[in-house]
Order: sequence, then C-alpha cells, then structure tokens
Amino acid sequence: MSDDKVKVRTTVNGARVERDTEPRLLLSDFIRHELGLTGTHVGCEHGVCGACTVLVDGVPMRACLMFAVQASGRALETVEGLAPAPGRLHPLQEAFRDAHGLQCGFCTPGILMTMKAFLAEHPDPGEAEIREALSGNLCRCTGYQHIVDAVKLAAERGR
Amino acid sequence: MTTRQFGASVKRNEDARLLSGRAQFVDDVHLPGMLHAAFVRSPHAHARIRSIDASAALAREGVVAVYTAHDLGDYWRPGPVVVPPPPVAGAVFNERTQVPLAKDKARHVGEPVALVVAASRYLAEDAAAELAVEWEPLPVAADLERSAAPGAPRVHDDLPDNVAARVRQTKGDYAAAARRAHTVIRRRFAYDHGCAQPMETRGVVAQWDAGAERLTVWDTTQAPIAIRNGLAAMLGLSERQVRVVAPFIGGGFGPKIMLFYPDEVLIPWAAMKLGRPVKWIEDRAEHFFATTHERGQVHDAEIALDRDGRILGVRDVFLHDTGAYDPYGLTVPINSQCTLLGPYAIPNYDSTFTAVFTHKPIVTPYRGAGRQHGVFVIERLLDFAARELGLDLAEIRRRNLIPKDAFPYDNEIIYQDFTRLGYDSGNYAPMLDKALDMVGYERFVREERPKLRAEGRHVGIGVVCYVEGTGIGPYEGAKVQVQTSGKVSLLTGIGTQGQGHFTSFAQLVADQVGVAVSDVEVITGDTDQFYWGAGTFASRGAVVAGNAVNEAALAVRKKILRVAAEHFECAEADLVIADGAVAIAGVPGRSIRLGELAVHANPMRGAVAPGTEPGLEATSYFGPESGATAAGVHAMIVEVDPETMIPSIRKYVVVHDCGVVINPMIVEGQVLGGVAQGIGNAFYEQLAFDAEGQLLNATLADYLLPTALDVPRIELGHTVTPSPLNPLGIKGVGEAGAIPGGPLFAQALEDALELPMKGKELNEIPLSPCRLWELAGSPG
Repeated sequence: MSDDKVKVRTTVNGARVERDTEPRLLLSDFIRHELGLTGTHVGCEHGVCGACTVLVDGVPMRACLMFAVQASGRALETVEGLAPAPGRLHPLQEAFRDAHGLQCGFCTPGILMTMKAFLAEHPDPGEAEIREALSGNLCRCTGYQHIVDAVKLAAERGR
Repeated sequence: MTTRQFGASVKRNEDARLLSGRAQFVDDVHLPGMLHAAFVRSPHAHARIRSIDASAALAREGVVAVYTAHDLGDYWRPGPVVVPPPPVAGAVFNERTQVPLAKDKARHVGEPVALVVAASRYLAEDAAAELAVEWEPLPVAADLERSAAPGAPRVHDDLPDNVAARVRQTKGDYAAAARRAHTVIRRRFAYDHGCAQPMETRGVVAQWDAGAERLTVWDTTQAPIAIRNGLAAMLGLSERQVRVVAPFIGGGFGPKIMLFYPDEVLIPWAAMKLGRPVKWIEDRAEHFFATTHERGQVHDAEIALDRDGRILGVRDVFLHDTGAYDPYGLTVPINSQCTLLGPYAIPNYDSTFTAVFTHKPIVTPYRGAGRQHGVFVIERLLDFAARELGLDLAEIRRRNLIPKDAFPYDNEIIYQDFTRLGYDSGNYAPMLDKALDMVGYERFVREERPKLRAEGRHVGIGVVCYVEGTGIGPYEGAKVQVQTSGKVSLLTGIGTQGQGHFTSFAQLVADQVGVAVSDVEVITGDTDQFYWGAGTFASRGAVVAGNAVNEAALAVRKKILRVAAEHFECAEADLVIADGAVAIAGVPGRSIRLGELAVHANPMRGAVAPGTEPGLEATSYFGPESGATAAGVHAMIVEVDPETMIPSIRKYVVVHDCGVVINPMIVEGQVLGGVAQGIGNAFYEQLAFDAEGQLLNATLADYLLPTALDVPRIELGHTVTPSPLNPLGIKGVGEAGAIPGGPLFAQALEDALELPMKGKELNEIPLSPCRLWELAGSPG
C-alpha cells in the first residue's frame, strides 16, 4: 500500500501542510488523525449529520465525503482556526457561549464552520433563513432554538 | 459581597474548550503504537455459526489478530445484569445477558462474532470483510406480538417460550371499581420509541502499561465507575489497577449507561493481550446495531370512570420488546407501568406486563426510558373518556389531578428504584392553567379554530400532562478541595454528556466557598480522581450529585472558617468569605486569600493538634430515600397539510416543574432538547424491522432525526415545587421534555383532521405522514 501513496499539499488554518497519504484516506480522517486537529468531529461518515463540516476554499464541505487528496491545492479551515488567539474566542464562538448554543458540543464545530460561511454571505439573517442554513447539521441535544439564538446574536453583534 | 450563583443563568465553564475544538472526546485519544479494531457482525437475525475461517483475514497486510468466541477461553461469559429486578412479589425474570462474541448462534443482526485488530481502522475493516463465516440461518422472531405467541421461534433454546419477564402490580381493586363505573373505555395502543442517536457514537480506547501494571480505558460510558469495577473483576485486576476515563462525551441519552457492551469487554482484553493500545470507534452504521435501542410496546388498556369523568381505575396489560437479551432488567417496562399513573389520582390500578425476547438488538433505557409509553396510554384513555362523557379535554385532566394537599402521594406499587412509587411534592393544577393560558386554549377553541376551519385549514390543539420520577438513588459523591492557586477543584464520579455539570456544580461550590464560578474546576468521569458513584441516568445528576457537591462545599466552608479563625486568632462569626478570600468583617487589611490559607492548612514541619486533617477539602455523599417527582404540561397547536399530511407546529408550550433550579439557562436547554427528541419520536423516528429481523433504515438518511426546520420555537413556563427529599429541593430535568410528545401529537392531529367525527382514532406512535394518511384517510 505504501507504494501507492499520493502527496497532499494544502493549507490548513493558514499553515502549509504536505503529507503522503493513501488515496482512500478520508479528509475527515486526514484532518483528525494525520494532522491531529481533533476539533473536527465525525458523526455519521455518510454526509448527513454535518459534524465534520470544514471550510474548503471558504465553502462548507463535509470532510467525510471527500478524500484527503481532493483537498490538495485548496485551503482548509477548521474549528481550531476560528479563534483569533489562544485564550480568546471568535465572535461566533462567543455568541454560542452567551446564548447556550451547545450542550455536549460534539456537533458544534461543524455548526460553527457552517454558520461562519453563512453569516459571511447573510450578515442580517432572519430566523427562517438561519434555520434553513442550519438544517444540514444535526444536533441531538439543543432542539436548535439556542443555536438559532446564538447565530442571531452573532449577526447582531457583527453589524 | 459575592453575588449568589445558585439560581443564576451562569455561562458555562466548559464552553470555551468545546467551542475551540480543544475538548477531548474518546476518538481524540491518540497513543503511540496504537492498534485499531473492527468487528465482524452477524448479517442474520438468527443463525447458527457453522464455522469461522480467519486465515484470509489474518493473511492481510497490517492485521495483528483476529479473535472469535473460542479464542476468549474463560474470559467468554455472559455479561452482568446492570439492574436486577425490583422486589415485586410474583415477578418472573429470565436473565439472559449478552455475550462478548456470539459463539454458536447469533441472535440479532449486528451481534459481533469476531474482533479484528490491525494497524489502522481501514486495514481492520478490509480484513473483517475477508473473514469467512459459514452461517445457517434459522427462523426469526421479529414482530413483538408474534414473538410472544405460542410456537414462535425461540430466542433462547433453554426457555420454553420468549418470555423474558412478567410482572403484575396492583393498587386497590380494579375489578370492583369497574363494576361500579359509569363508563369503561377500552383500547389497544402501540407505542414505538426509537433509538437515542447521540451525535458521538460509542468508542473504547484501552492501554495496558505492563511496567506499572495498570490499565487505562477511555470509554464513552455514562458510568465510568461501574465499568472500572466490572473490568477489574473480569480481568483479574484490583480496582486500583484500572482507570476508566469518560472524557467529554458527545451526548448519551441512556444507551451509554448500558454495560457491558461487547466492545467494552474486548478492547481492554485485547490491549492487555497484545501489549499495545487498541482503539475501537463505532461507526454510524454499527451504531444502529451495536448500541442499544428502545422500541415498542402494545397495550390493551381500559379506564373506568364515574359520570363526572373522575377516574375510578385503570387496567393495563402490555407486551414489551426487550430484544435478544435483557441486561437492563425490568427498568423500561416498569417505568411504563409506573409512569402511566401520571399526575392523576387513580385509586385502583391493575397492570401486567410481559417482556418478550425477540431477534433484535437489546432494548435499554433511552431518554424517557419507557415513560413515554405509559404516558401515551393514560393520556389517550382520558381523551377518549372525555369524548364519551362530553367533557373538555383540559377539564377531564383538571378533575383528576392529584390535589396539592395530597402530597406526599403514595401510588403503592414498586418503582424502578426498588422503592414504593410515591410523589414527594407537586402542585399540578397551576401548571395546567399556565399551559392553557400560554397556548391560548380558550381563544383557540372558541374563536380561532372555527375561523380557520371555515377557511379550509386543518388546525388542532392538544394538551397533555405527565410526571417523571427523577433523581433516584443509590448515591453519588463529591470532593471539594481548595488548591494553593486559589482555584477550587470539584471531583465527582458522575459522568457528563452535555448537561452542564461543569457549571451547575461549580455554582454550588462558588456560593459556599466564595469564589467565582470560573474558578471552580469540575473534574468528572475519571475513576482515578473520584472513586465512588453510580452514574448518569434517570435525571439524577443535579439531584443526587448536586446535593453531594453542596454538602462537600459546605464542609469546606466550615474548614475555611475554622482555619482562618485560628490564623487570625478571632471568632469564626467575625469572618466573611468572599471573592476568593477570608476577611475579618469591618477590619480593612485583615484578609487572607484562600490559596494562601490552603498552604497554612497543610503544614510541612512542626506539629498539628490531634485529629487535624490537612488541606481545605471535604468529601460528601448523598443518597435520597427515594426519587423526586417532577411534572409538566405540554400544549401545542398544529396544522396539517392535507396534501402531504405533514404537520407543522404553530405553537408549542411547555410548563415544567423540576423543583428548585440551579441554572435556569441549562434547565431550559435540557427541556428544549428533550422536546426535540419527543417530536422526533412522535413524528417519524422508528426502527423499521422486516419479518426477518433486518433493520431497513439503518442510516441517518433513512432514520430521520429532527432538523432545525422540524423543531419549532418552544415557549417555556416554569413553576417551582421544591422536593422535600433533598436539602437543595431539586428535582431532575434531563428526560422531561422528551416524555409527552406522543400523546400530544396524537391528540392535536386527531383534532386537526377532525377524526372524532369520522369515528377514527390515532392509537399509535410514531405518526409519520404516510402512517397518518393510512390511519386518517384523506381529510377531504
């Protein structure tokens, strides 16, 4: 198998990364186990739950539905790249804390990445729009209400 | 003066770690030299294993070991009964627990038959696919009622039939009550509850340190201490040689309290045998089979009433699907049996259940844990009784609520916690009034509904009540310790799966010890940090562990005052604890930081007075005499699209009473999340098995969970009736929101589709659009 490895060159949260990987390695496993960025979580491995969502060239993608090689030449952003500095939180993260937008926190990184891209395009969203944008991410703890509130709060603060 | 934290919506201590991706979950544990495991599982619901040939799998690159039942030797044995049957006279219980790997026969699809260990999960799965198992498929008992019937294929050959348990409990004399009744209503109900589907699947990582002779296991369990004790016994180690860590857990909801799963038995064993760390992480496809379910019951129930609609008695006979094994004893059906009684004064009750083995995955508690089924039965019976007697649906409930001066209320039968089912406190009528007011019941019924119906809209309203026995024993413990840094650590054995324990427990400590909530470091779920405890289940964390935390914090407060009084040579009464320091009241400059006081409390030289204990620390335990009974009322207005039969919830109201609340924000979150699961249960979550015991919808694309578009904005109202059973007056809240969704849906949908006037009823859950169409026909 080792003969069949392919080179993956990408940037992850702004840092350049180069690795030899098996072609069949999922992007989610590459991020978590090759790069050690375990903030991206794997919930279903069939593209339904959205927990593994990362930004690929700024667009939310399910890392479990991509091979690592498909990320070659593209820029990845994960939850670890959100906060501006250690010990500080991104405004979206702050809003999730303030509005109790998470309980177990397992689905949260995928939701944060999805909402980061959503708010960039919809700085002043209504509740229906937020719910529509959230509907590809499953959360089993919160019933979504506080997540919606958190996204609203982040949007308000961002204006 | 420090502000009181108890009762405040304090932001959560754990959130920064979770939001930044730093929180460690089991799959985040990475160890040098770690191997990865995959299971080979039965494709059949019932089949004899004729032979297993591992040679091709073993020959594959990277494969380290393949184990079958025969390789386990004496280690192969049926698992323990997690909860033995409560002492109900005459109860039948046939204990048949799951095994680590199926040996001669598989009894449900997905039952593991072999464990493959390889250099990576990818390689382990490759090899698992090459394991050659020769199967002899056997007849299957899949359907609950057919499995209970004579002549059904037997799940366990050594039993005469598929009866796992039979329990009759009675209160008063139902037959006599029925004889003098004005009206008796009889119905058959089928209630199906789905599976928990936490966003994090289960997983186990184990590491054997041969030098230190210590085993460390990271496990997504809700009960790390029980896992430690069981593993030590199974592996022939002392409990001090085993450390079990339940780190951050991505949702539990019940199935993660089940023990021992086959993987929990095998992964630590394999790590010891191979001398290398081994990791197994369940994938979502496995989760549908490898993690326990909750499923269906069929009830034949009747209610006897007087002419005013007052309940004289209830009789219920039901079947409960327990799956292929019954390690969780009677908990789920006994919860159904007990919770049926609800907030109502029911003087006579006669309930018998039969738990039935089927060739399906094991049933253990999932949020609500059988309570849903019972609540559905009583609420629906009341609906039909109201209709028969010409009473309003809210009115028949009001007439039967236990009056507030009747507490403590004795329901006489035995509950899941082995004690008599008693309600400690409650005040139900104001909750019903509040819910009716919030949902706008009168206005909707008198004005809006007729107006909307005249426009051709299919709108309906529902209102249901329930109680939940919470906060059961036996006990939990906590250790509070002031660190020399001035921070305060709180250790407890109870695990946490998102309930906010890092914060609500910290609030209790902060108040007693006079520090900021953020300066209390809560450490849970690590058996090396706290030795004793039972686990997180039955909505008991805040009640049982919370009170232990409070008592430990109180004891530390007393120590702080005593040590500070000695330090200042003053009276304890002159001291004030606040803002992380102890000061002499009214004497500026006479103050010492708690961290410094902790140093004084641990002298390194010299002598101490006899009986002195070092440090500013204390450990306390709390065990209630019985559970605290929480209650609630849910109401909703629903509209059904007659073309698609898709209901949309126009208003959903919850009024809830969980006694005294530590953190209202966290309680609100628990209720909202519960309601979402209740909606999923009522609407479309159903494990669809065919007659061969094959699960037809074992993906999240087929087994649908509610999304942000399905769960409406929910309005919450609270009432507070403190529990007299614990010093803080707390009742549990974890499961409450999920319980009454089924009958609420059925009632509101029946109303929306005007089924009563068509002579149709909705006597089952879930009610997916397809099923609704079948049952209700075109609303025309």
